[in-house]
Amino acid sequence: MAGKIITISSGKGGVGKTTTTANIGLGLAMLGVRVICIDADIGLRNLDVMLGLENRIVYDIVNYIEGRCRFRQALVRDKRFPELFMLPAAQTRAKDAISVEQMISVANEAAQMVDYVLIDSPAGIEHGFRCASAPAEMVLVVTNPEIASVRDADRVIGLLEAEGGPPTRLIINRIKPELVARKEMLAPEDVVDMLSVDLIGLIPEDPEILAAGNRGQPVVLNNGSPAGQAFADIARRLQGEDVPFAPLKAPSLFKRLFGSR
Amino acid sequence: MNLSNLFKPRKNSGKDIAAQRLRLVLAHDRANISPGMLALLKDEIIAVISKHLEIDPTKVEVNFTEDDRETRLVADIPLYTARRRQS
Repeated sequence: MAGKIITISSGKGGVGKTTTTANIGLGLAMLGVRVICIDADIGLRNLDVMLGLENRIVYDIVNYIEGRCRFRQALVRDKRFPELFMLPAAQTRAKDAISVEQMISVANEAAQMVDYVLIDSPAGIEHGFRCASAPAEMVLVVTNPEIASVRDADRVIGLLEAEGGPPTRLIINRIKPELVARKEMLAPEDVVDMLSVDLIGLIPEDPEILAAGNRGQPVVLNNGSPAGQAFADIARRLQGEDVPFAPLKAPSLFKRLFGSR
Repeated sequence: MNLSNLFKPRKNSGKDIAAQRLRLVLAHDRANISPGMLALLKDEIIAVISKHLEIDPTKVEVNFTEDDRETRLVADIPLYTARRRQS
């Protein structure tokens, strides 16, 4: 049976799509399933550095499409979890180097090999987004609790709905519980209510994410991190587990004064 | 300065303002109509209705309402009734 193809998208850039793809991909691999993460951001690839696999790239997705290598050769195997693979984007090519049909065929080929294919969509709602979402059976829309990204998420959801596209699920990233408690930030309920989509993840702002990016060790590998836990929960929900949403905890006064370490 | 205000969330909090602005912006985006176009539409509605009924143009409200992902255009047009005219 072919694996499930899931695209991670957002409309707006910088809301955490690539971080989310890396963490859910790794989170799924930690549950023992086989995963291929495809970087569909042609010309601006970053999934490789988030996963810490940048030094092992030989070929990329465009090389494969142009017939310069076999599919397996283009894949980079994760050193931590051998059941996790990444298909890198081409870094020195134009955004339109891949057609919608080619992306569908690559994603379907990947799905023959593994249980999940995660596609990291580029920002925007143009060709790159259309390519990335075309093969998807589900689209995870990432947003932050602020006006601009929620508005862009609404456009993405609206575009997919208008085309009778795949079902969407919402991930709210960078939630600052202390600001939500002080009513200075949109609460997750507000965002879910306005976008009218099903929620699949609430990710608190966590300094560990920056540290994880620096090292190429996604935060889901870190048991003690609230964001890591939240990403692990998303992976389990995708696997069909009924995981309750962890309550958002504002950091204690002690932690706020003296830092988390 | 009232000390207790320090500990109470402000009434018109950042979250409320953001939510209110966001709702409006989403309604306009979803309906694909700009705020200026809505104002124009309102003027035209007033002109049409005024041909047949006596209304108070200053009290007319034309707005969007949101219901799940369905957007509705709601016009609230108070009429001058015979009774109100006498008073």
